[in-house]
Amino acid sequence: MKTAAIGPVIRCEKLTKRFGAFTAVDAISFAVAPGEIFGFLGANGAGKTTAMRMLCGLLGPTEGAASVAGFDVFTQAERIKQHIGYMSQKFSLYEDLTVRENIRFYGGIYGLKTAAIREKTDALLQRLGLEAERNTLVGSLPLGWKQKLAFSVALFHDPAVVFLDEPTGGVDPITRRQFWDLIYEAAARGVTVFITTHYMDEAEYCDRVSIMVDGKIEALDKPAGLKQQFGVSTMDEVFLHLARGAKNVE
Amino acid sequence: MKAFLMFVRKESYHIFRDPRTLLILFGMPVALVTLFGFALTNEIKNADVAVLDFDHGVHARQVQNRLFSSGYFGLRDYARNYPDVAAAFRRGHVKLAVVFPAGFSSDFDHLGHAQVQLVADASDQNTAISLVNYATAIIRSYEQEVAPHRSGSPGPRVEAVARLYFNPGLKAAYTFVPGTMALILLLVSAMLTSITIAREKETGTMEVLLVSPMRQLPIIIGKILPYFLLSFVNGLIILALGVWVLHIPERGSLALLILETLLYILVALTLGVLISTRAASQQTAMLTSMLGLLLPTLILSGFLFPIESMPLPLQTVSRLIPARYFIVILKGIMIKGLGLRELWRETAVLFGMAGGLLLLALGSLKNRLA
Repeated sequence: MKTAAIGPVIRCEKLTKRFGAFTAVDAISFAVAPGEIFGFLGANGAGKTTAMRMLCGLLGPTEGAASVAGFDVFTQAERIKQHIGYMSQKFSLYEDLTVRENIRFYGGIYGLKTAAIREKTDALLQRLGLEAERNTLVGSLPLGWKQKLAFSVALFHDPAVVFLDEPTGGVDPITRRQFWDLIYEAAARGVTVFITTHYMDEAEYCDRVSIMVDGKIEALDKPAGLKQQFGVSTMDEVFLHLARGAKNVE
Repeated sequence: MKAFLMFVRKESYHIFRDPRTLLILFGMPVALVTLFGFALTNEIKNADVAVLDFDHGVHARQVQNRLFSSGYFGLRDYARNYPDVAAAFRRGHVKLAVVFPAGFSSDFDHLGHAQVQLVADASDQNTAISLVNYATAIIRSYEQEVAPHRSGSPGPRVEAVARLYFNPGLKAAYTFVPGTMALILLLVSAMLTSITIAREKETGTMEVLLVSPMRQLPIIIGKILPYFLLSFVNGLIILALGVWVLHIPERGSLALLILETLLYILVALTLGVLISTRAASQQTAMLTSMLGLLLPTLILSGFLFPIESMPLPLQTVSRLIPARYFIVILKGIMIKGLGLRELWRETAVLFGMAGGLLLLALGSLKNRLA
């Protein structure tokens, strides 16, 4: 696995994004270590998506500094893309392509060699227990399988960081639990996991959690530390305590 | 390059696994061209006619012979009185009635002028006007031929002969087929590309593509390429239909015709990409390309209405319609046998449009999707 940078894999210093007079992301600073599962929380409209887009190289920041996998978000956005994986709530797979064709396509656009793609495809299908389904159209797979497949495809090119944008939205609790097993496995292999979620039980699974309110990071600690800091017993209460003070709520 | 090829391959899977795409791509053009070519003609062929002859003279018979041997009219009914004629019209049996009053032949011989009445079914006004014009022309030519000296001053008879260039038979297919071809190629190409990108936005796969190391340009070109090839096949089918089924001549260079068609398809495809970068859903993309392209192309391209007779503001707007130029090119090459020497202006405009649209689409893709 890639351990591109010594020290933090994601590093933000006063990273800011303004759209005209509106400051979507207001001087956020944090660092994420290799293999860490970093929960990125916030109400809708708090600026999570904008921050994530800047880190993925999709959106140019206004000021501050940030690097992902050792590359600068201002000047090396295209090189960042080679070293990150991405998965959203929409599963991001082509439903009219088979399992194998989807894997081959994503391997191809990340520039993997044909032989390597074949080899890794076999290994991946075996690990997921999907060998029998290799020529099945993704559209006809159950939701939980699609989700696991999408996650594995996001990791197919061995990225240093994987960005998960509400990956478990609309999924039942059992499937969500199984999905987290995959996340732990990936983190154990050294992949940094950057995840946004609205489920507070999932926030408990993270190594560390940051909570964004109105473009600023209002809290950042281990889940246990946060609960202690706000003197409450669940992450739900921590979140509500912070989010109630928000001005920009969708 | 490998990533790009992989992309094109993926795009081809989408196309061939979706029967609707193939139907739009190949079914619609063939159906529409045939429809426009055969059904929507304004020429007159064997129109049903009723004759009411109170005269029974030689000239009345001669005029009838002329009418029915022209190919434009067919005798449907021999009426005995006016109510018969009225009934035939009501039933829709006939489009035109020719009434010879009693004494028509003797008036013709002795007075030098005789009247014949033409009654047309004006519920279809265009056809009615054409029928009356055709019949009048035939009657007049008979009169000129049989009684040249009675119709005016004696001496050399001056006859105005209209000669029609390019389309002496006034075949409507000559106008409809190039127009339809321009319309169909534009709609099908633009619609399909606009849907394919909007679909990726809807399913969320576009985000993944943008986060990947693939650049925007290869994404756009990868999207366009399979449709480019298919639209080209499509264009050839429409051309073949035009030439072999609807008997449009191909007087100019076939190579030039094909190259111009490719250029036009490129314009249509980039237009589709531009629409799709701005449309959030497949439905929006489809409606925009259908309505936003269909009506202006139909009305302002010179397909249905002559551009010269439009008010100036509309003439100016029509300059933005790609089909306008392609129709001129098609007619120029196929019917008039012109070459690039005469058509370079239109060609240059299409080149400019393709380039401009591609730049716009690229800029738009960058801004809208990120």
